[in-house]
Amino acid sequence: MADLGNTVVWTDEGKCPMEMTHSSKIPEILKTHEAELLSEWNQELVATNTRKGLIKEAELQVECREFLKLLRIAAQSGNLSNIQASEWREVREMLTSISRSRSHKGFTPTETATFIFSFKRPLFDRLRQLLHDPTEIGDEIWQATDLLDRLGLMAVEAYQKSREEVILRQQEEMMELSTPVVKLWDGILALPIIGTLDSARTQVVMESLLQKIVETGSEVAIIDITGVPTVDTLTAQHLLKTVTAARLMGADCIISGIRPQIAQTIVYLGIDLTDVTTKATLADAFLMALKRKGTTITRK
Amino acid sequence: MQKIEEMEIQSSSDVVLVRQAVRQFAIELGFGLVDQTKIVTAASELARNTLDYGGGGTVTLETLQNGGRRGLRLTFEDQGPGIPDIELALKDGFTSGGGLGMGLGGAKRLANEFEIESVVGEGTRIIIVRWK
Ligand SMILES: Nc1ncnc2c1ncn2[C@@H]1O[C@H](COP(=O)(O)OP(=O)(O)OP(=O)(O)O)[C@@H](O)[C@H]1O
Ligand SMILES: [Mg+2]
Repeated sequence: MADLGNTVVWTDEGKCPMEMTHSSKIPEILKTHEAELLSEWNQELVATNTRKGLIKEAELQVECREFLKLLRIAAQSGNLSNIQASEWREVREMLTSISRSRSHKGFTPTETATFIFSFKRPLFDRLRQLLHDPTEIGDEIWQATDLLDRLGLMAVEAYQKSREEVILRQQEEMMELSTPVVKLWDGILALPIIGTLDSARTQVVMESLLQKIVETGSEVAIIDITGVPTVDTLTAQHLLKTVTAARLMGADCIISGIRPQIAQTIVYLGIDLTDVTTKATLADAFLMALKRKGTTITRK
Repeated sequence: MQKIEEMEIQSSSDVVLVRQAVRQFAIELGFGLVDQTKIVTAASELARNTLDYGGGGTVTLETLQNGGRRGLRLTFEDQGPGIPDIELALKDGFTSGGGLGMGLGGAKRLANEFEIESVVGEGTRIIIVRWK
């Protein structure tokens, strides 16, 4: 076998190997042997399809047919190496949409890439049958592999991307979960915060607390941050602003649920919470609020 | 085993992802709860600065091994406007963006090692290390 990496192949027109793609027989073969390629590819896919429950054979067939058609059209441009070029746009779009649907259906990345890679055998078989010169066969198989590998990787990337989008969306939904302001006692409100405190949500949550203070005429509001994983300067700033605004409306805020590790971190950050009443737990804060209102709890 | 990961910081949800990744690295390194919280909080400050002032950038998370000691190095990089006066920026209370102005100094205090390189018009690189 010739060393493909170093062999310089001069084609009929005397073009250098960089332009070799122009004389590739692959576009031609895709055109003249489309039907056989399709049926063999289909067989290959059906044979390797271990997840019959996830995708119907009919659906697979349609996908193959459509994809092969677009592949054939794109290949006619003669460009088999740069799939980012405009002539490959439709192929890219279809591949992306197939990969996304695979990801939503619960396929693995391997199964998704197999859609492309299983086209290798039918295409290579065809190249070996139709071409005679071993060097040419080698070159063509190299080009075919190169192209299909790129497409396969693109499928995996699209799959991955759609997974990440799902995660991001879920994360945003979680961040947006509304935090209810609850009334603990006459004149005492509590706002248990769970999640991050540096998103757009924070503003909404804080405003709803201030709103509720006005509506209920409450004198004490407890902000519980037990469920806040990180308290940084932005979080602190949001809390301090809310405390100040509440005070202007005649209500005192107590911040509860500052865990030991958070307390230590706040000290290192240099945030000054001396003006804010803090309590270790929501229960402690509640007792303090009751006391301020002149209510005491006694055991019977 | 050494671990290294680069992440984009282009939106505030990226800042959340950075915090989560840093916490994951710290847990894998066996950091205690206090050390985890410190490095995560420092990362949160620097990631947000990268986003807000650096116009977005990247962070690289790297585990370190020095003899028996294990550590976590975070490198924040952006191609933003740079910091004209680093000493001033580090000063508690200094802010050019309506913050508390405690982030940079706070991150420095929360880390064991802190390095800052910034060229006006080119960008900023901040490296922090926290040892277990
Ligand atoms: N990556 C950066 N690029 C350019 N300027 C920066 C960068 N990081 C920080 N700065 C400058 O340093 C100042 C101080 O940053 P620091 O994080 O201490 O405070 P802040 O972000 O303004 O407020 P906060 O207390 O909420 O963090 C910023 O206001 C900004 O001017
Ligand atoms: Mg900051």
